[in-house]
Amino acid sequence: MEHIELFFKSIFIDNMVFATFLGMCSYLAVSKKVSTAVGLGAAVIFVLAVTVPVNWLLDQYLLQPGALGTWLGDEYADYDLSFLSFIMFIATIATMVQLVEIIVEKFAPALYNSLGIFLPLIAVNCAILGGSLFMQSREIPTLGLSLTYGIGSGIGWFLAILAIAAIREKIRYSSVPPALRGLGITFIITGLMAIGFMSFGGMLTGGEEPADDKKETKAKVEVIQKKELEKELANNTKKITE
Amino acid sequence: MGLLSKKDAALITDPLADNNPITIQVLGICSALAITAELKASIVMSISVLFVLGIGNVVISLLRNIIPSKIRIIVQLIVVAALVIIVDLVLKAFAYELSKTLSVFVGLIITNCIIMGRFEAFALGNGPWKSFLDGIGNALGYGVILIAVGFFRELLGSGTLLGFKVLGDPIEKTGLYAIGYENNGFMLLSPMALIVVGIIIWIQRTKNPALIED
Repeated sequence: MEHIELFFKSIFIDNMVFATFLGMCSYLAVSKKVSTAVGLGAAVIFVLAVTVPVNWLLDQYLLQPGALGTWLGDEYADYDLSFLSFIMFIATIATMVQLVEIIVEKFAPALYNSLGIFLPLIAVNCAILGGSLFMQSREIPTLGLSLTYGIGSGIGWFLAILAIAAIREKIRYSSVPPALRGLGITFIITGLMAIGFMSFGGMLTGGEEPADDKKETKAKVEVIQKKELEKELANNTKKITE
Repeated sequence: MGLLSKKDAALITDPLADNNPITIQVLGICSALAITAELKASIVMSISVLFVLGIGNVVISLLRNIIPSKIRIIVQLIVVAALVIIVDLVLKAFAYELSKTLSVFVGLIITNCIIMGRFEAFALGNGPWKSFLDGIGNALGYGVILIAVGFFRELLGSGTLLGFKVLGDPIEKTGLYAIGYENNGFMLLSPMALIVVGIIIWIQRTKNPALIED
């Protein structure tokens, strides 16, 4: 359940482009044609899905305060290497991108031809480093969830660049004021799209917080409903597996 | 200009207007938008980028004949990351509250495209002094836009500048609020940053039609 929640949250509510403005540079530079936008978007999903879990492992077993103590013994328990996280994360990302490039070239030449030119660009895409840094600052608890978070944010970025590329292809035929053409209108459209995406904000919280006196009873009802839902889900999955 | 020749001075003044990194070269947008809800955060961010880009450009320029071109991106990233760690630790030590508001965006200076862009386009092909000027110029050009956006967003959004209530007190209804002025809370939300930058680009290109794209 929490996987699904985090997945949709990272696609729509915390969308990389519209909520946190990460990866704007390549978002603006490579969104002139839909086909190239799809290539870059796919590469971003791929790299985020690899780097976020790897950086989660690094963060958990190397960088966090006391992390070394968990596997090297108590004498290392006082070490706090968290100031190294920027350099570790970016080094991991740069090497992972190289590795991914080599592996894809060897085993999937067709994919390499379509992604190839975008992969090196990705090492300096803020969305990738941002994914790892947000993973760290939001304290995502398990490896599985960090994978979900990586894939979800990648898909969110993919959707954003696909949408803006499609709009930019169409807008060429409309009469935009000359001074706004190109970059200016793209900024304003992105702003409007971001306002649109803000409407997803209430999706998980369910809108307004209930008033104080109703809060408790409502919470109780919700817990009961949640339990029932979980039972139902469990039954359904049983049926499906059978 | 006794100290700087004409060519050197152009390195600093060009990025301020006609070759601005944000509005013309489209570099470094990410951080420019996310942290500009307050003027103070924009100023601190500009100073951080000034420091990282000025010193980073010199370091890369000094190393430019030693770095093998195949691994230059990793070398550049390591240089920037080291500088950014310095900035981050200094901020945490002397302005802890502010470093909380900037959160991950200090770290994201590493992948700020301005920095990599200037390394690739300028520092790898020029001497240290010129690279230093280029770095300072571009960081200033970045800062100008950042501060302009931060100024309008804070003024229109919360009616304050650097925390001072310049438009009067919204609760006690003094100053502008006495005649029915309201803060536009929308300016504080992130989408408005995009629209403000869009309008800045519009104004700049209307004034200088040579910059208009086809």
